[in-house]
Amino acid sequence: MAIRRILIANRGEIALRVIRTCKKLGIETVLASSEADLDSLPARLANRTVCIGPARPSESYLKVETIVQAALGVQADAIHPGYGFLSERPALARVCEQEGVIFIGPTAAQIEAVGDKLRARAEAEAAGVPTAPGGAVENVNEALVLAREIGPPLLIKAVGGGGGRGMKRVDRLEDLPSAMDLAAAEAGAAFGDARVYLERFVARGRHVEVQILGDGKGRIVHLGERDCSVQRRYQKLIEETPAPGLPTEFRQRIHHAALQFTGRLSYRSAGTVEFLVDLDRDAFYFLEMNARIQVEHPITEAVTGIDIVAEQIAVARGDGLRLQQQNILRDGCAIECRINAEDPARDFHPSPGTVRRADWPSGEGVRVDTHIVSGVRIPPFYDSLMAKIIVHAADRASALERMRQALAATHIEGVATNVAFHQQVLADPEFQQGGVDTSYLPRFLEKRRAVREAHAHG
Amino acid sequence: MTLTAKDVAEILRLLESSSFDSLSLEMNGVKLNLQRGSAAVARDTPLPAPALKNAAETELQPAPAAPRVVKPPSEPGLKDIASPLLGIFYRAPKPGEPPFVEIGAEMEKETVIGIIEVMKLMNSVRAGFDGELVEILVENGALVEYGEVLMRVRPGS
Repeated sequence: MAIRRILIANRGEIALRVIRTCKKLGIETVLASSEADLDSLPARLANRTVCIGPARPSESYLKVETIVQAALGVQADAIHPGYGFLSERPALARVCEQEGVIFIGPTAAQIEAVGDKLRARAEAEAAGVPTAPGGAVENVNEALVLAREIGPPLLIKAVGGGGGRGMKRVDRLEDLPSAMDLAAAEAGAAFGDARVYLERFVARGRHVEVQILGDGKGRIVHLGERDCSVQRRYQKLIEETPAPGLPTEFRQRIHHAALQFTGRLSYRSAGTVEFLVDLDRDAFYFLEMNARIQVEHPITEAVTGIDIVAEQIAVARGDGLRLQQQNILRDGCAIECRINAEDPARDFHPSPGTVRRADWPSGEGVRVDTHIVSGVRIPPFYDSLMAKIIVHAADRASALERMRQALAATHIEGVATNVAFHQQVLADPEFQQGGVDTSYLPRFLEKRRAVREAHAHG
Repeated sequence: MTLTAKDVAEILRLLESSSFDSLSLEMNGVKLNLQRGSAAVARDTPLPAPALKNAAETELQPAPAAPRVVKPPSEPGLKDIASPLLGIFYRAPKPGEPPFVEIGAEMEKETVIGIIEVMKLMNSVRAGFDGELVEILVENGALVEYGEVLMRVRPGS
């Protein structure tokens, strides 16, 4: 099926990212924009922009019917959902299927299969992919039996959660009954689904994920892994590929697990399988799958030379997978820093406002994906991601050095950002050594606070 | 009617500003084949990843912001009836039936002026003002955007 015109149901840097590939492919773009984004860079670069509603996402970017009506109204052949918003709502994929609009992503059934975390866990087990010890629990008695078997510390996870939302840590078995009641009530309120399950809490874990592409007919290729262990409250801040210090055989097993999991689903389009690497047990467990393009996809593009959005479009168009696993080579090391409009001095509080000046780095091995230019306003309605600075070099040390220079060349005025904070992390010996676990950043923040307080009192 | 040099220049300009790489036009025995300088991207080869350079400032040069073209009001003091939704605008309750309102209609706030369809869901649009209908800016069956001016009213005294 031909794709001549794509409706982009997103905003910000990812909307721009999709426009960029469409221009190269000679595909027309129509941006579905809220009122707050009508003057944005993507709105000016798309061939056409249609206003879908007021600024609030619930009245614009999250309205399935409006998005599909817009696509039909402008005679778009396909919808690219980007990430966030409606990208992983089965409803959008399903209405597209009904209306004959191509959804650039997986099928509605596949989104459902991985969106329900308990079902995804069962899919992983069926595919022979390791999961953290745990399982579904219907009531407190069942939970206690299972908890004794696994042993504390434990995590209570919401079936409808994901991405770090809807989780509770339990360190002592006697706290389990009350924690479980609370977790179920919160899950019911937040996700409309009170079901929870238990999993072993991994004290020292690394977040390693595998980028895959599937043709929807059972053929899957992987594009290597990304290490996203530098997180604050489950928000990724720095990502890199390859994951530092993993033995080759271990790395291959993780890649293979991602292929097994998605192969069993005959997964279509780009997706990411997330794993938790348990450093104390030398094991890895399936965490969840993200059925969309991810924020951090450019580091994979940097080392493989593959345009992932173009491959999504090719699969959506029915061209199938144009890539052969043996031809996908990964070269060097790539790192991404997420530049957010948030203030590290005020507990990373978002700082929307007008960007008086924005100078981004450029040069060899540097890529900046951003919709922010001097003079734009960052509306308070959306996430605080301003830009992604991506560097690529032959090895990790060179890539780190390149990132330092890129951050030094970044100047933002008008809103608070985390640029200087990134520099501090990059200067930290533990991060420089590589292979930090997911509790690294909270530890780093604590250390920084202690040093500051010592200075204040000294 | 035949193609003049001016027409060809105009067509070239249109092609230049479009995202198409080639254009074939046949009219009144004249055949025009235009091809952009760059070769079309081969379909079966993967695209190289985006170049490692600033996406926002190079490669894509933003067009100067193209504000939504709105016909200026025919007289001062008119009130705009803006579309509350994106959808397909219908002037009549059903195909073949007379429109809800015509130019010159005396309307009240609650007067229904049309219907906006969003995926088979019909939403009534009301005037929102008392007054006389003086302008209708959108056609029956057209896609209207959120906030787009549908009609203009001369407020009642």
